[in-house]
Amino acid sequence: MEHTAIQSTSAKKHKPAQPFTREEFERVRRVLKKKVQFAQGDVAVAYGALLAGCRFFAGYPITPATETAEIMSRLLPQVGGTCIQMEDEIASVGAIIGASWAGAKSMTATSGPGFSLMQENIGYAAMTETPCVIVDVQRSGPSTGQPTEGAQGDIMQAKWGSHGDYELIALSPSTVQECLDFTIKAFNYSETYRVPVILLADGIIGHTREKIELPEYGDIQIIWRKEPTVPKAEYQPFADDGTKVPAMNVFGTGYHSYITGLTHAETGYPCTDSQPDHHQLVQRLCDKIRDNRKKIIMVERDYENSTRDETVGIVSYGVTTRTVYSAVKTLRQAGTPVNHLRIITNWPFPEQEVAELAGRVNRIIVPELNLGQVYHSVREAVDGRCPVTACGKIGGEMHTPREIIEAINGSAD
Amino acid sequence: MFRPSKHIREKYLEEEMWPSIFCQGCGIGTVMNATLRAIDKVGLDIDQTIFVSGIGCSSRVPGYLDADGLHTTHGRAIAFATGVKLANPELTVIVFTGDGDMAGIGGNHFIHAARRNVDLTVICVNNYNYGMTGTQVSPTTPVGGITMTSPYGNVESPFDLSALAIGAGAAYVAKWATMYPHEMMTAIKKGIEKKGFAFIETLAACPTGYGRKNKMKEGKDHMLWCKENTIGKSRYERLSEQEQNSCGKIVIGELRNIEKPEFTAEWSKLVEQHYME
Amino acid sequence: MRTEIRLAAFGGQGIILSGVIMGEGAINDGKNAVQTQSYGPESRGGAAKSEIIIADENIDYPMVVEADCLVALSQPGYDKYASEVKPGATVIIDSDLVETEKHPTAGSFYQLPFTKLADELGNRIVANIVMLGSVCAITGIVDKESLLEAVKANVPAKFLDLNVRAFTRGYEIGEQALA
Repeated sequence: MEHTAIQSTSAKKHKPAQPFTREEFERVRRVLKKKVQFAQGDVAVAYGALLAGCRFFAGYPITPATETAEIMSRLLPQVGGTCIQMEDEIASVGAIIGASWAGAKSMTATSGPGFSLMQENIGYAAMTETPCVIVDVQRSGPSTGQPTEGAQGDIMQAKWGSHGDYELIALSPSTVQECLDFTIKAFNYSETYRVPVILLADGIIGHTREKIELPEYGDIQIIWRKEPTVPKAEYQPFADDGTKVPAMNVFGTGYHSYITGLTHAETGYPCTDSQPDHHQLVQRLCDKIRDNRKKIIMVERDYENSTRDETVGIVSYGVTTRTVYSAVKTLRQAGTPVNHLRIITNWPFPEQEVAELAGRVNRIIVPELNLGQVYHSVREAVDGRCPVTACGKIGGEMHTPREIIEAINGSAD
Repeated sequence: MFRPSKHIREKYLEEEMWPSIFCQGCGIGTVMNATLRAIDKVGLDIDQTIFVSGIGCSSRVPGYLDADGLHTTHGRAIAFATGVKLANPELTVIVFTGDGDMAGIGGNHFIHAARRNVDLTVICVNNYNYGMTGTQVSPTTPVGGITMTSPYGNVESPFDLSALAIGAGAAYVAKWATMYPHEMMTAIKKGIEKKGFAFIETLAACPTGYGRKNKMKEGKDHMLWCKENTIGKSRYERLSEQEQNSCGKIVIGELRNIEKPEFTAEWSKLVEQHYME
Repeated sequence: MRTEIRLAAFGGQGIILSGVIMGEGAINDGKNAVQTQSYGPESRGGAAKSEIIIADENIDYPMVVEADCLVALSQPGYDKYASEVKPGATVIIDSDLVETEKHPTAGSFYQLPFTKLADELGNRIVANIVMLGSVCAITGIVDKESLLEAVKANVPAKFLDLNVRAFTRGYEIGEQALA
């Protein structure tokens, strides 16, 4: 048995069709053992990655994300993959991008300080349309901050962290089960749209243990990138085939493509002094996500049949959602109508969904574990339709349900 | 003369990308030519050969080749190359880099890849300065060297890149200059064939940049400088200790060639042991 | 029904593992459970806290608000959390490590020598498992067999027997304390 990416047990025998077979999936399932487990969020992320077909992990130790690397280092050899502890987070993202081009689904996991270091190469992944998954188990910052405490402080950085214009996808899990499920989704989005996908976990959910149920083959969809089928001489690695997502050749298949972070033409070769070429490229990079927002954006709506005047709106995401669930129950018992919109896809931002909520409520509060990040995006989407109040909490502790209720009752004044 | 033959040109170059951005007298072309000849001699399947580079003049080389190329971010080529190699160990991975890219911003990746002994061939065009940004001081600029950011002469000690590679654990290390193209080609060939981290440092002219500011305006000036300032390893070893200490010359040649466990081979063994059917 | 349990100790006393085992035991029972923890940068010695919420329904808010059960294996742990319990809560302390008068609002209060019993079994390291046995007997939150199964699944094979004896001993003294 050889050790190589599953996608190419031998590069010469490389099969361009989706390579993650039922047999392969079921073997991974056996490696992961029990169907129902009591596991941490960081561990569930690793399980999700392996079930999605991830065969390469590169990382650097950082609290509270290290457990993912630990699990990957134990399990990847068991499934024939590769795990490496790189010299830093910059190298980690570099390695997963390289691995992706060599035909492996790849992932790294980090927290705030490491995520900051990764930004240049995340921009490179966006520019070169490299599928890869970056898990950010957010902790309190700025700087070293509170290493062992959770936060939601990297929401804006996830979208705007690298220079220039680009779009990517970011998902926020709120339970350990979702850490597993959304990691699989992250890989699927990343392979579908050829884009880096950020899993915005946090130190609380990363270290929380809960019941998880592992999926079986058929319960989930597993997507592999679209590969070129045209003759080698005709292949243009960055030509739009109408979907805005070009077919991606894997290195070693003879297509000879040149991948660069420089502004490049459809051929892949640099054309850095051409305004129209740059515009066309970067516009397509943004549009391939924006045009597909309906397929990418996930939200949960818990709306009541109540009049706008009496109804308060809450927008939540990630682990904070769980406090809101609890607060909403109490508020409704006390006779306060609440419409709760939970954002699952933080980026691209669900503007229309937030705008729709704004039309149903007299005000919106945005509880989050920072001093106001998604608050700004909500205000922009609400565009004056109703007042928006930030409800930030920092320092490593979640809001209590009572604090959210008090914020709502207070914001009525 | 050591010029790319028709055979090499047709087999390996991406015609539509020529002419190159390299200046007249630049050493990169010679290094590239030596590399392609070495690849041809080894008989590498070009479909299975991946060129990875960072940012800088030498990092543009993969863009002129008809092969898979990954032109990455500044300093990070070796980290990306590590990912390529580990994800598919059957690929041959060749890194093109320069002194600023590899030893400045990317120094950490360089020493760690050498330490891990990942099977990469790293070819570093050492032209003593940041050429692409217009002649700034680099980690290999000699003491006293004039650049745009060391206008009064460089006061920092330069790195000996090959010594750094040896210290970090590389399996194969050779240092040559562009005036020794055949030796350089042989070194690259041996580096490619070496199962492990191979590092080939090539002293190269930058006539437009470093050369112009340091009395080496033409390519041949650098050759003369090399002739004056380098000494072959075997000749150096014949000198007495006192002579070695006082000669003040750069030792060139094959500086290390050892066998040691290589990362992907070791990982394969580990997978053999722990793989679960 | 939602039950909130808080374990407080010094780092190194193994209460994070105790919490994990308790949560896994609840899962074995077919219930839902959430386990969280907090600890300082030290691997040994700093304050450590492990919290478990067990419920039949989905668990929304994952943190303890007011504990139904507080177990303290250190004086600072007790001092810090003694007041944050529900009226009528069950409070259990290691009688050799925590000095206190009777808890002011607890419905039931137990002082048990977990660490001393672990020493008698030959290894102080299993005090956390002795404690689990007692908590199981006293509170009945998790079924004994489910919890024992979780103990077995989470301890090193070569210490399996020691841990089973520790759990059993803890359960016995818990039952005696109840009687």
